[in-house]
Amino acid sequence: MATPITTDPRRAIAEPLRWRWYEAAFWLVLLLPYLLFPTYLALASQIAIAALFALSLDLILGYAGVISLGHAAFFGIGAYFAAILVQRWGWREPFSGLLLSGAVAAAAGYVAALLIVKVSRLALLMVTLGMGVLLGEAANQLGWLTGGNDGLHEIAVLPLFGRFTFDLYGRTAFLYAFAVLLLLFLAARRIVQSPFGLSLRGLRENAARMPALGTPNRRRLRTIYTIAAFYAGVAGALLTQTIGSVALEALGFQRSAEVLIMLVLGGTGRLYGGIVGSILFLVARDQLADMNPQYWFFWIGLLLILVVLFIPGGIVGGVAKLWTRIGRGS
Amino acid sequence: MTHLLGVLFDGLAYGMLLFVLSVGLSVTMGLMGFVNLAHSAFAMLGGYLSVTLMQRAGVPFLATLPIAFVLVGAFSTIFERTLYRPLYLAGELDQVLLTIGLVLMAIASCAYLWGTQQQGVNLPPYLFGRFSPFGIDLGYYRLFLIAVGAVIAVALVFGLERTRFGAQIRAAVDNQRMARGLGIDVNRVFALTFAVGSGLAGLGGALAINMVGLDPNFATKYLVYVLLVVSVGGLGSVGGTFAAAVLLGISDVAGKYYVPEAGAFIIYAVMVALLLWRPAGLFGRRV
Amino acid sequence: MHRIASGLLGGLALAALAAWAPSAHAADTIKIGFVAEFSGAFADASREMDDGIKLYMKEHGDTVAGKKIEIIRRDTGGPKPEEAKRLAQELIVRDNVDFLMGFVVTPNALAVADVITQAKKPTVIMNAATSIITTKSPYFVRVSFTVPQVTAPLAVWATKNGVKQAYTMVSDYGPGIDAENSFKKAFEANGGTVVGSVRMPLTSPEFSAYAQKVKDLGPQAIFVFVPSNDQPTQLMKTFAERGLTTSTIKIIATGDVTEDAVLEQEGDAALGLITSHHYSYAHDSQLNKQFVAAFAKEYGALRPDFLAVGGYDGMAAIYAVIEKLKGDVSDPEKVMEAFKGLRIESPRGPIVIDPETRDVIQTVYIRRVERVDGKLVNAEFDKIENVKDPGK
Repeated sequence: MATPITTDPRRAIAEPLRWRWYEAAFWLVLLLPYLLFPTYLALASQIAIAALFALSLDLILGYAGVISLGHAAFFGIGAYFAAILVQRWGWREPFSGLLLSGAVAAAAGYVAALLIVKVSRLALLMVTLGMGVLLGEAANQLGWLTGGNDGLHEIAVLPLFGRFTFDLYGRTAFLYAFAVLLLLFLAARRIVQSPFGLSLRGLRENAARMPALGTPNRRRLRTIYTIAAFYAGVAGALLTQTIGSVALEALGFQRSAEVLIMLVLGGTGRLYGGIVGSILFLVARDQLADMNPQYWFFWIGLLLILVVLFIPGGIVGGVAKLWTRIGRGS
Repeated sequence: MTHLLGVLFDGLAYGMLLFVLSVGLSVTMGLMGFVNLAHSAFAMLGGYLSVTLMQRAGVPFLATLPIAFVLVGAFSTIFERTLYRPLYLAGELDQVLLTIGLVLMAIASCAYLWGTQQQGVNLPPYLFGRFSPFGIDLGYYRLFLIAVGAVIAVALVFGLERTRFGAQIRAAVDNQRMARGLGIDVNRVFALTFAVGSGLAGLGGALAINMVGLDPNFATKYLVYVLLVVSVGGLGSVGGTFAAAVLLGISDVAGKYYVPEAGAFIIYAVMVALLLWRPAGLFGRRV
Repeated sequence: MHRIASGLLGGLALAALAAWAPSAHAADTIKIGFVAEFSGAFADASREMDDGIKLYMKEHGDTVAGKKIEIIRRDTGGPKPEEAKRLAQELIVRDNVDFLMGFVVTPNALAVADVITQAKKPTVIMNAATSIITTKSPYFVRVSFTVPQVTAPLAVWATKNGVKQAYTMVSDYGPGIDAENSFKKAFEANGGTVVGSVRMPLTSPEFSAYAQKVKDLGPQAIFVFVPSNDQPTQLMKTFAERGLTTSTIKIIATGDVTEDAVLEQEGDAALGLITSHHYSYAHDSQLNKQFVAAFAKEYGALRPDFLAVGGYDGMAAIYAVIEKLKGDVSDPEKVMEAFKGLRIESPRGPIVIDPETRDVIQTVYIRRVERVDGKLVNAEFDKIENVKDPGK
């Protein structure tokens, strides 16, 4: 992002926060499926939820540099809590259910962060992986609470605003997921462009230097980790509410790995990367799995390798480079 | 008391299998600092190679083991040259993602080449069954595993401590720049070590079939265990990997015997706790 | 600035990629959406089911009552309710299927319940074996089996054959717990005592601790349930290693443990094992012999198992219903009525769809593993007819 060099710090901070026309256009384009592809809305809402989840990972990975192999833990906590709210406590109001689930996931995130900030690099990978796997096992054991392997089903929340039920075409689900994604995106955008967000980028680039600037490293990391966990929990709760079911895979390693792949394909540290990556990954999977269900792993693996080797900034990063080069060429 | 000894024996055997599967990863990660999640995919490859040799070429099981070791080791050098080398200096994320990509491709390839069904192994009759001194069941295959694991452990330690090449490896692990400065061809050391490490994984995969089965999902199923062993044991430490593998094997079996309700939960809890206490692993030198 | 623009370009490009119109529905085609778990842990089971479906269509042609049958396959990627539901929605809304079928695992079947009820889509379950599934929607029909259905008769048979005590060992997940409960219920109702039980985690097939424990306990009999992928071979080998298979302890299990596809691998360890199931590859009937031969011709060395039969009979049921309605499947209520009470001669034996529960009523066979002509088979030696799902 080429910010103009200015000596006024307020301008430097305010500049990236301004809305560009193409940003607004992007969001309008994302709404297009509602009009153009009415039979694809189930996929579209799945993408929106995955995008929100990828966004949550970007907050810690792209901005704070924390690589987590167990981020699905928070997604799963949000998903299961949303189910338990309805099933066990009869709390069927959707919006508050979403917020409560996010809050529970955030609390878990805070606790995890206390441990995570103490480790780095390989140990970090292992601890996050271990925590994710541990939670998955626990969920399996606590079958009375989580439905175990069968999962929890028939989770029916009240119609949104008292009027909109989740229909067969997935219209309500899509608009709901889209709205939540947009709202949380706006908030995230604010966060990462704030002084707090900038300090996170400093942490990512050179954690050893930051304390010299008076940054409380660990506290910042804990905060962003908690926020990211909230986002992930909301994404999980969205899934439960729109699908009406939840199963162990919501917490599993496969989900953690997939969101990581989606984010990297799209490009980390750019907020939009998670959205683009989710679209790419899920559309590709839908189309490729059609042709040959078992072997789509091969192609996505290959794509991932190619992206890592040749397009390190992901799709968004790659296109950005191209744009700059074109801009310079002409 | 016999129960405890039986549990220890079984756990030790399982631990030995995990050791053979993981030691290659520990050494190469300690040596190159490269997070190779595709290590268990090499193990899977070794398993399939062994099965193919037995079923298509009638090769006896024991003979397939060294063949798996050599062939997988050789095969892995192709990947090392082309894909891994460019990323030695890259961050963990890129390495993780590259190797996850490899794992995905490996799973799909194995499913394509060998099908999705379980593969079995034709054990020679003398490896089947058990003898029971003092009421403790000592399975022949498990004894075999323990023997193989012990031999490999001793060979590796001897190799690292007593041979010149081993000294070069240790030097490169401790201080790469210095080692280069002394004229050690670090790239060659890497390549050879990687080959040996992956070859050991292949051997482990072949050994594993009779213990835990083989299908295209082997790579992901055992990845977690291998990573846990390596990170708890400490990178670059053969002794550490050995200790961690045995610890893991025994606590898994003991947990299932004494506290079956907690099941698999125990291993992960123990490992996470150990990692938080000692992030560099029990015997690790650098993370 | 460039960053955002590039994000926009990316999004546009990808949205354009997905520009497919919903497919038209030709008047003389009947479309069936086949939802299964083609990748992931249940890939092999889905393949078996698919083989059974393809075989039936090969033998009986792809036209019924003047209508062409078109199968649309979709992969959920494993037990993922999210995918199952989305695929069901898309098959219904975009592809306009007339039927849905498949489902190896329960969570995926349960996830589509409200979709098929809303859309009134007859759905044939070809494997998922939990009792409650058919109660979740009036449009579910099951042709395969339920775990309690094959477990309870085994328990009763055991008590009638001198087994008074049993120790249960099941895998720790839905169907395993189902098996444990239904075994216990039927066993104790007939005078038996369950002396202990253990639930084994699905994750790693390392059974030495459990085998040791049961050997130390020395009960009269062990009842086992593990799903039929990598678990049975390892379990039986571990048992054999410890001499449990040749000891006086009687080992009984559901047929998943000696599933035809993995039986050879278990080797002599499985000899003499008594199991109960609804299908054996060695079932002595003309139809089964034809089925097995045709399967071998198409798919070579792989044996058909209960998953293949589930697929095969599911197609048979759908074909029968289409015939009955003379090709007009536009009224879902009529379709469901046609399913109710349907009788099919299956390679496993005769089956009937219960008009009240829409679940399958069939014969459960008690078999023993024997070596016949050098091959290991589940030889049926006793049977209990007209078994309904006891879970209802």
